[in-house]
Parts: sequence; C-alpha cells; structure tokens
Amino acid sequence: MTASSVDIALFAAKVGLVFFVILTLAAYLVFAERRILAWVQDRKGPNRVGPFGLLQPLADLIKLLTKEDFLPSAADKWLFYLAPAMAAIPAIMIFAVIPFGAPLTVAGHAVPLVVADLNIGLLFFLALSSIAVYGVAIGGWASNSKYSLLGGIRGLAQLISYELSMGLSLVPIVMLARSFSLTEIVDAQRTIPFIIYQPLAFIIFLISITAECKRIPFDLPEAEGELVAGFHTEYSGMRFGLFFVGEYINIIVLGGLATTLFLGGWHGPLLPPVIWFTLKTLAFAFFFIWMRGTLPRLRYDQLMHLGWKVLTPLALMNILVTAWWLMLKNHM
Amino acid sequence: MATTETMTLNMGPQHPSTHGVLRLVLELDGEVITKITPHIGYLHRGVEKLSEYRTYHQILPLTDRLDYLAPMSNNLGYILAVEKLMAVEVPERAETIRIIMAELTRLQSHLVWIACHALDIGAMTVFIYAFRERETIMEIYELISGARMTSNFFRVGGLSQDVPDEFVKKVSDFIDVMPGYLDQYEGLLTTNPIWLKRTIGNGVISAEDAIDFGITGPALRGSGVDLDLRRDNPYGGYEKYQFQVPVGENCDTFDRYKVRLVEMREACKIVRQGLERLKPGPVLADCPQVCYPPKESVYNSIEGLIHHFKIASEGFPAPEGEVYQGVEAPKGELGFYIVSDGGNKPERLRIRPPSFVNLQAIEKMSKGTMIADLVAVIGTLDIVLGEIDR
Repeated sequence: MTASSVDIALFAAKVGLVFFVILTLAAYLVFAERRILAWVQDRKGPNRVGPFGLLQPLADLIKLLTKEDFLPSAADKWLFYLAPAMAAIPAIMIFAVIPFGAPLTVAGHAVPLVVADLNIGLLFFLALSSIAVYGVAIGGWASNSKYSLLGGIRGLAQLISYELSMGLSLVPIVMLARSFSLTEIVDAQRTIPFIIYQPLAFIIFLISITAECKRIPFDLPEAEGELVAGFHTEYSGMRFGLFFVGEYINIIVLGGLATTLFLGGWHGPLLPPVIWFTLKTLAFAFFFIWMRGTLPRLRYDQLMHLGWKVLTPLALMNILVTAWWLMLKNHM
Repeated sequence: MATTETMTLNMGPQHPSTHGVLRLVLELDGEVITKITPHIGYLHRGVEKLSEYRTYHQILPLTDRLDYLAPMSNNLGYILAVEKLMAVEVPERAETIRIIMAELTRLQSHLVWIACHALDIGAMTVFIYAFRERETIMEIYELISGARMTSNFFRVGGLSQDVPDEFVKKVSDFIDVMPGYLDQYEGLLTTNPIWLKRTIGNGVISAEDAIDFGITGPALRGSGVDLDLRRDNPYGGYEKYQFQVPVGENCDTFDRYKVRLVEMREACKIVRQGLERLKPGPVLADCPQVCYPPKESVYNSIEGLIHHFKIASEGFPAPEGEVYQGVEAPKGELGFYIVSDGGNKPERLRIRPPSFVNLQAIEKMSKGTMIADLVAVIGTLDIVLGEIDR
C-alpha cells in the first residue's frame, strides 16, 4: 500500500491537531483545577487575567519561561536536564494509541481518529507509562538533594507497585475484547461498556491511575507538607513546568484511557463521538480534582499496603473469575 | 557485606510544615526516623529581657507577639499576673468581655490548628474553610481593638475601652453558625478512612509520660489526664461558667483531634454564657494609682492629662514580691511569673510557654515512625514558634 500525499497531509494535520489540543487542554486543566478547587473551597480562584481569568495559562507560561533555569551545583547536569522531558514526553505519546472518535471520511480518504492504530496499543501504553517513572526517579536522583531523593524513591516505589495492579486490572479487558488494540476494544463495547462486566477492574484501574498521576490521596512523591516538593524540589522555570504539565497531560491521557477501556470510548447516543470522548475524559479529570478537594494523603507504607496486599490480589482474583466465566460461557 | 548508613536530613527552619521556623535535624533510616533533634531560637526576640526595661503597661504589647495565633490569651495571662501583684479588682463587665475574647481566641487558635494539621496531612479544603471562619474572629478583634492580630486590648484593671454596640450581635451571629462549620470539618475528616488511618495510633504518648514531660493543654487531655486550669484553678471569673472538659483515651493524634474539636464547641457555649452575662457598666477599675484615666478627662482637664502622662511615661510602682499566674491558653498552661523589687518595672519576668514544653515530647512521640507521621505529630502538638523562642 502506498500512501498518497493526501493521506500524508491528513495524517500530519491529525498529529498536529492532537498535539495542539492535548497541550492546550492540559494548560486549561490547570486553570480548571484552580477554579474548581476555588469553587469547592469557597474562594474565587484566578480571575484577573482576561475574561474570567481565561488567559491565566498564558500568563503562567510566560512566567515559567522567563524564570531562571536553576541548576544546583551538585546536580548531575545531563540527567537533571533530561528528567523533565522523560516525564512529559511519554505521557503525550500514550495518546497516540487512544481512539478519540469514529473514523471520518475526508475527500474520499478514510481517516481513523486515532494517531496510530497499533495492534498492541495496550502494551504500548503500559510500556510508555513505565518509562514515565524514570523521569521521576532520575529527576529526584540527579538533583542531588535529600528531599528530591526521598521523593524520587517514593515515586519509583509507588509507580512500580501501582503499575502492577493497573496492568493486572486490564487483563480481563483483553480477555473480553480478545485484542490488545484499543480500536478493537472500543468496538467490542459498541453495545455495553466494559464497566458493566468489570466494575471491580474499573475501580482497581481508577485507583491505580490516581497513583500513576501522583494525585491526592497518592501524591506522596511530591507531598509538599513532608518533602517540600518531592522529586522536583530543585527544579525551576520551564523544567518544573514540564513536570507540572506532564502531570496534567497524564490526567487527560489516563482519563482518556479509562474512557476507552471501560466507558465504551467514543460510543454514545445523540452527540458526535468526539464530544462523547471529550466529555467522558473530562469527567475523569473532574473526578481527580474533586478528590483533591476532599481527601487527605496516605502514608508511604499504607500506600504500599493498599497496592500490594489489596489491589494486586483483587486484580488477580478478578482475572481468574473472568476466565472461569468466559470458559463457562463458551461451554454452554 | 554491604553496610547501610543513616541519612541526616535537615528539616527546617524553612519547611512547609514546621509551623514557622522550627528546625528538626532528623536521622533517617530510609524513611524511618531514628533520631530527632529540635533546634529552636530562630525567632528569639528576648521578650523576657526586654520586659525588664519596660513599665508594666509597656510589656503588654510584647505578650501579643508570644503566641501570635492567640494574642488575647497571652494578654489575659500577663494582665492577671500584674493584677494579682497589684491586688486590683476588675469590674464585672471587663471580666466578662475578657472571657468572651479569651474563648474566641481559643476558637481562633484551634481553627488555625485544624487548618494546618489537616493541610499537613493533605486535606487542603479544611485549611481554607477554617481560615474562612477565623476571618470573622479577626474582624471581631479589629472591631474592638483596631488590630487583627496584635490586639493589645486589655489593661491592668480592665480594658483599654468598652466594646462597640455591634459587638454583641457580631459575636452572637458567629457563635450561632460556628457549630455548623465544625460539623462541616468533621464531615470531611472524622469519617474519612484516610484521616483515621493517618491519625489513629499516631504520636502515642502515655499519661505518665505526658505528665513527666510537663505537657499541658489539649495534648495532655488527649492522653486521658483530666486537667484544665479554667475549671481546676479558676481565674478571671471562669468559676461562674459551666463547661465540659473533654478527655481522650487512646493518647493518639486522633484523640487529641477529638478533644480540640469538643473544646471548640465548649468555647462557643462559654461565649454564649458570657454574652448573656454581659451587663452595662464600667470596663476599668476605679483605681487611679494603676489605671489610665477615662479619655474624656484626658482630653478635657489638665488633671486628667497629667494623670494619663504619669501612668503612660513612668507607670506605677508595684509592691515588692513574686506572683505566678497560669492560664489555660489554647495550647496549654501559659504562665507568667513576675518578680518585683518595688519599682515600676519587673525585676524579672519569666514566661512558661506551653508550646516550648510540649515540643520536648516530639522525639518520644515520633521516633521510629516515618516522616509523614512526624509531620502529623508536629501538627497535633500545635506549636507556635513565637512562644517557644520568645
């Protein structure tokens, strides 16, 4: 199959659009979080820059870009510079495999609304989310600061533990959809979303992605009351900004993934598919913000306990139950 | 064979949850604390020494700055000590307003405590809710004294001035809504499994240890020792008020949390009783040797002006002797010990700050636990560095 120039142009446009939308959405998610938290907490939030404070993300960006890019004298220079990118880039790359709408037809060319329809999309996601851990660990280690180190260790331990339960909670989905491709997983949910079959897996996945995004109640790697700012204590300016925006990209991407895997992706009545996908993803983002307004933080060992002794066994049990159920169904 | 060594972590004096400028040098084995050494003195202003060069009235503004989250409790402790020394009788109305303000101050101090304690454990919303309510108390402060924090409102023999007419309504409105807000905090915390996991069993100190360390206030009562100076050694008219003294059982952070929350509800009841007792009358004792003259006479008569000038510039001589007055400040027993040699300035003023004594227990309470627990212990001890360093 040879790709025509129209196909290539359409693909480039799609990639550019996705990139732009994700980054803008992440910036506005920061703004939305501040406004929603303010609303929860009975205060005003940022409302000075532009109408309703809508230009606040732009002002934040200018501020971060013009700040001093500080390098601690004892830091490992290259790793210190590399770590923020390692945190942010994998996060945005995961979005490549998430289908965000029904395939379109533009000028006679079919355009699937997914950047790369990999047949192992789910594994691609798991692999990339593991790479994102390195950003936290390397950033914490390279700063050569004790708070950063403790934050990095916490981050490493937490993300590895929760990756496990997250991965295991997804196995039943693969068993039900009989595919690793996210597009096919979405297709399998055309009538009934998997959350109906797999409520337990959904809950485990939701808890795990909260830990994966390092959000309250699992924000231990950066717990400001304990470790100042955790692994990014020594970062300033746009390098801090990359960690920060990486976290919000993560929220969008993981929210999108939860939508794809459990809520039927872009399927939905009446509204256009892209809108459905966006609404479901933003609902997850809202849920994360809401939790931040409500819950305190767990302790390190309690977090490990929850991950290893509760979520992982439950996920394993869920796999077994799903397997039995599928076997019984096939035999009947 | 591989050996491991502990890491020394310098926590503070600039740290988000060391409540000011406390510096803790921690020995860490991983995240487990093996040794804690508190370093204090970053906020030392020499209040006790400064007091030896000031007249009795001039010392009062210094006491505002001890526990700056509860200025009127400090004012009350100091003023009662001086009044004991001078044997001055305080008019009923002044006494009642003092108690209303002392209890509002307790509420204010506990509001800051719950705010910071919750924020340290990660519950951000409670922080902002509690500061919202504290704002009303600050407004009441401003209404009666002109200042939001450094009130400097009490005087030897009474008050600096009577409260404005809207005072009663403002306080009464606040006391009406406050229990509802407390329910709101409890809704966010008391029933929250994460909060329970973090506070139950954290920072345990037995009643014997607490007594040995000299811990006072809610931290002592949380360990099951039923001691409250307001009830057991009444001062400033507290014997006329009915209130419960909450006591904990399990000696942990959660019990201290419950004790302080009940104390806040009781403080509301005391303020309510105070408002009912509030009758018109003078707010300054009729004792010209010690008290300032009324403002009308200062502005309209030469005798009044001279009287004011004498009291303000040279003060009043105190009889030779020693007095100690302890009050139940929000954080524990706040004591003022004055030694007088018969002059117009104290020979020696010693302050017993509750935070300083309570802080000693920090190693006992959090050795062998994790950094996150230490942060919770700092929160539950409710220390203020202005008072520790003086």
